[in-house]
Amino acid sequence: MIYFDNAATSWPKPPEVGEAVLHFLNEIGANPGRAGHRLSIESSRILYETRERVASVFHAADPMQVIFGANVTEGLNLALHGLLRPGDHVITSSMEHNSVMRPLRDLEAQGVELTIVPCTPEGLLNPQAVENAIRPNTVMIAVNHASNVIGTLQPINALGKIVRKHDLLFLVDCAQTGGAYPIDMEASQIDLLGFTGHKSLYGPMGTGGLIIGERVQLEKFRSLKQGGTGSRSEAEFQPEFLPDKFESGTPNTVGLAGLNAALGWLLREGIENIRTHETLLTQTLIDGLKAVPGIRVYGSGDASRQTATVSFNLQNMDPSEASLLLDENYGILCRVGLHCAPIAHKTIGTFPGGTIRFGLGYFNTLREVNQALNAVEELSKRRI
Amino acid sequence: MNQYAVILVLSTGHAIRLEHVLHQNGITSKLIPVPRYLSSNCGNCLRIERTDIDAAKKIIEKNKIEIEAIHDLD
Repeated sequence: MIYFDNAATSWPKPPEVGEAVLHFLNEIGANPGRAGHRLSIESSRILYETRERVASVFHAADPMQVIFGANVTEGLNLALHGLLRPGDHVITSSMEHNSVMRPLRDLEAQGVELTIVPCTPEGLLNPQAVENAIRPNTVMIAVNHASNVIGTLQPINALGKIVRKHDLLFLVDCAQTGGAYPIDMEASQIDLLGFTGHKSLYGPMGTGGLIIGERVQLEKFRSLKQGGTGSRSEAEFQPEFLPDKFESGTPNTVGLAGLNAALGWLLREGIENIRTHETLLTQTLIDGLKAVPGIRVYGSGDASRQTATVSFNLQNMDPSEASLLLDENYGILCRVGLHCAPIAHKTIGTFPGGTIRFGLGYFNTLREVNQALNAVEELSKRRI
Repeated sequence: MNQYAVILVLSTGHAIRLEHVLHQNGITSKLIPVPRYLSSNCGNCLRIERTDIDAAKKIIEKNKIEIEAIHDLD
């Protein structure tokens, strides 16, 4: 079996992830931050260590700026719904996932003004076009770091400079890049960073969130949920400090224990090494696909400008049919269709048919890529 | 007089962060439940040696860790 659906969720996980989850359930199990007994404190320590490691991966200034939630979608919703008000203007790109686009469309219906800057067919956003779209009431630029459809990396450093020049807020959806590509939120001037635990950070599902930079004014930032935090229990109002303002209720400490172990593994392995391996696999896959007659590969074709996610189509076959044959005849697991990003497919010209997406990961090998290339070549020769 | 003082913090997470930073700077501390006569907060606080109070204050300031108060333990 060849697992090529890492853009949806990474698999397999490093063995210590499952071990940490079991260890937490069987040996610790207590509610973090609530009580003073040893198991509760042990639980709090795991939570804190995970926060510190997330901060380290993204170069956040303070671990307390890391807000945990169920996934990156929750983190992005917090940033967008928590900060944007009717009359505000927000700028995004035409390569967004629905985790950004749907909250923005919802806010638009409530009176937030929205500009979607078109990207090239290779999925690239032009920073100058973004700057040209800025209005007097613009408050935020919200974009993904890399497309979940074709992997195109956006010029976040250039965008960060524009954001600061105009004193706006910069929200970056790092779902596809966190752990797979070096990210420095201070250097790239990111104010709000959405991350997920279960993709290239190699943790379990149900982990992710938002990192809130120092420029974000907390008093203007609404919490979308309120409740018990284990702190300020005498008060009937939500605490204003981080992370408690945005973290109510018992967290997914089981999952976060797994994420903690995953991050320990990731930091030892080294993001640069992961990137080097994935770039090699990606370029091999792109070049191999392009050499097959009757295949159209989307994106720039240059692995150094994208993540390990490659989209393509076969001239002779519908993507869904191809995916069924890849699974049943070759044991290759991938995802086809629109990948929850209809506007990205409109941008690259594949709406509504979609594409076949191979999402490679660190645990894939060159041998697997070559096996997959042979399989795709065979499919391309099938007569309909 | 008791040899200890306690640092009251915003949350258990902050207590663990402070414990970590103090440890890096050679100060031993222990997480204990907040004595009820000091605060009605349900969380934990950090117990340190009284003789470490001044050094701890400097570390807290340098690392911009928000605390509520430092009290001597009776």
